[in-house]
Amino acid sequence: MLEINDLHVSVHGKDILKGLSLTVPPGEVHAIMGPNGAGKSTTSYTLAGRDGYDVTQGSIRFKGEDMVPLPPEERAAKGIFLAFQYPLEIPGVSTLTFLKSAVNAQARLRGEKELDAVQFLKLIRETAKGLNISEEMLKRSLNVGFSGGEKKRNEVLQMALLKPSLAILDETDSGLDIDAMKLVAEGVNALRAPDRSFLVITHYQRLLDYIVPDHIHILAGGRIVKSGDKSLALQLEEQGYDAVIGKVA
Amino acid sequence: MSQQAETLQELADQKYKYGFVTDIESEFAPKGLNEEIVRFISGKKNEPGWMLEWRLDAYRRWLTMTEPKWARVDYPPIDFQDSYYFAAPKNDSDKPKNLDEVDPELLKTYEKLGIPLSEQKMLAGVAVDAVFDSVSVATTFKAKLEEVGVIFCPLSEALAKHPELVRKYLGTVVPVTDNYYATLNSAVFSEGSFVYVPEGVRCPMELSTYFRINASKTGQFERTLIIAEKNSYVSYLEGCTAPMRDENQLHAAVVELVALEGAEIKYSTVQNWYPGDENGKGGIYNFVTKRGDCRGANSKISWTQVETGSAITWKYPSCILRGDNSVGEFYSIAIANNCQQADTGTKMIHLGKNTKSRIISKGISAGRAQNTYRGLVSVHAKADGARNFTQCDSLLMGSRCGAHTVPYIESHNPGAIVEHEATTSKISDDQLFYCLSRGIGTEEAVALIVNGFCREVLQQLPMEFAVEAQKLVGISLEGSVG
Ligand SMILES: Nc1ncnc2c1ncn2[C@@H]1O[C@H](COP(=O)(O)OP(=O)(O)OP(=O)(O)O)[C@@H](O)[C@H]1O
Ligand SMILES: [Mg+2]
Repeated sequence: MLEINDLHVSVHGKDILKGLSLTVPPGEVHAIMGPNGAGKSTTSYTLAGRDGYDVTQGSIRFKGEDMVPLPPEERAAKGIFLAFQYPLEIPGVSTLTFLKSAVNAQARLRGEKELDAVQFLKLIRETAKGLNISEEMLKRSLNVGFSGGEKKRNEVLQMALLKPSLAILDETDSGLDIDAMKLVAEGVNALRAPDRSFLVITHYQRLLDYIVPDHIHILAGGRIVKSGDKSLALQLEEQGYDAVIGKVA
Repeated sequence: MSQQAETLQELADQKYKYGFVTDIESEFAPKGLNEEIVRFISGKKNEPGWMLEWRLDAYRRWLTMTEPKWARVDYPPIDFQDSYYFAAPKNDSDKPKNLDEVDPELLKTYEKLGIPLSEQKMLAGVAVDAVFDSVSVATTFKAKLEEVGVIFCPLSEALAKHPELVRKYLGTVVPVTDNYYATLNSAVFSEGSFVYVPEGVRCPMELSTYFRINASKTGQFERTLIIAEKNSYVSYLEGCTAPMRDENQLHAAVVELVALEGAEIKYSTVQNWYPGDENGKGGIYNFVTKRGDCRGANSKISWTQVETGSAITWKYPSCILRGDNSVGEFYSIAIANNCQQADTGTKMIHLGKNTKSRIISKGISAGRAQNTYRGLVSVHAKADGARNFTQCDSLLMGSRCGAHTVPYIESHNPGAIVEHEATTSKISDDQLFYCLSRGIGTEEAVALIVNGFCREVLQQLPMEFAVEAQKLVGISLEGSVG
């Protein structure tokens, strides 16, 4: 599904990713952990195609296709989704309007038929219900005045609606209470499928009790320094980064 | 160049969509302005003698006046002798009785503009008056309106059929000598709409006028008069477009609204005159005087404007809150892109007790444009319990444009409550990337965010026009993110 090879990325002239390699096969869930400032969000922005995140070396292939030259909206239409660490507020634009624009913009880019208002409403109502998101919430301005947890749940709603092939969740569990975290995890688990992969960025092993990953990677100093199975998260929790990976320059 | 900037550039090259010229034979008054021209216009319309005298009086006063210079707009001197003051499609000299008699070229023009005039094709529930250069070409749904006693017709027709009504109200809200452009309009106005809603009647449909400047070197001076009798209601919408031309054309309209006791008038404008090209060549000079008089107690006048066009906009739709408990509202979206200059706002004059006003202004500046909100809230000594709330938000796109907020507050009543809030913001790269990452392209993302910014105002528009206005907001900003 996703193959990242020797990826070097500089942000505004500063080298942040320095030789990151990672392969996520279809149907698998991979977790990325790592200290603050390691380059986790940089990785997710780069995958989503953000302007200013310049790939200076290496490659990103998604379903076999080179992603580097593609703008973000085309990557989205091809099935890459990023749940933001800090979701943005858009005053005056309801979640409903925003998501209808997104669903139909992607359909257009893929040459598919757009949904009409009735079809879309049906779809979003069903999806929102499962995530305990009220109708009232869908009509409010996107993320404006939402609590931290509500913003994160809204990201999961967007993911569930857009049904990406690769979902990148950047600290979607941060700031969630236990119940909300379970809801989010259920939302993710419900989407798990043989043709869908997940890249879950988190600081807490607790999330991984609910979303059980196939592999865990530790990102430090702009590259993957250690990979392992679920037990790696437990080990990190007990011993901390320094003990597990040593000091990384 | 960033990806955004490139998209912008591409978009900036898109052209104004209403810029075509209709090839139709027109009849002009001789070029220039003098008493003979004023007589010519009046004669063309077979006006009563008092109307001609009124015009001539205005013309003589205009000669003694000078152009106002206080607005933040900059343009070369206008040569008032280098313009035609009357142009009419030739076949129209004895006016069409019904739509079948309207020149098919004209009907095609309106269809191109998205305004079908044949009644069966019309948006349900909207009556339309279409003004082409100096004359009205068609008014739809007349019969249905007559059933309930609503008069909706060109002003020239009203002068012929209901002279007493016109004479009673014309110039009572915007006096002949109000300002340079209003006085000019009083001398040479050629067409416009007249609306009269009888006591207790709720006008059964939206009324709407589409103004189209077609002829070259021609000024447009329409004059609209709306009277809402006691406890009546009417919602009126005007739309405007013009061909793309290298020259600047003058548009100086006057709109007067009179709301008697308990009456409500809702007046919406979607102004999309040609704004000139990206270097500021051509475009309409829009110098407009609009004022509503809440003459009776408990009356209400609400202005909503979406101003996207014109090279220069100079416009301050106002409310005189004379009746006790009367309410004035002003909802405005003003978009200035490329080299456009907009100086627009409102005046709320609180005279009566417990009068309330609400001002919501959304200004969007892009390119090298200058966008000024200029508003006056004036509370007179007798206006006990007067309240005003003003919210002025500016959105800047790029770094070469300007947004200015100039509020004037005059309160002579210590009990009055006047609130003013203002914000200035930009579309952030983060917001834009958030949209892109969901599959929404730059152009659509900008339109989405700007429409969100304007939502409070867009919501005020009649349903039939809200969608159109939203699209227009997107189109007028194409190529503006930087
Ligand atoms: N625009 C920028 N200009 C300069 N440096 C930047 C920029 N954006 C990010 N960085 C730097 O890149 C490094 C990686 O940041 P990133 O946000 O990817 O970390 P992270 O692993 O997601 O951390 P956290 O766990 O705190 O979310 C940090 O040192 C950060 O300061
Ligand atoms: Mg991060």
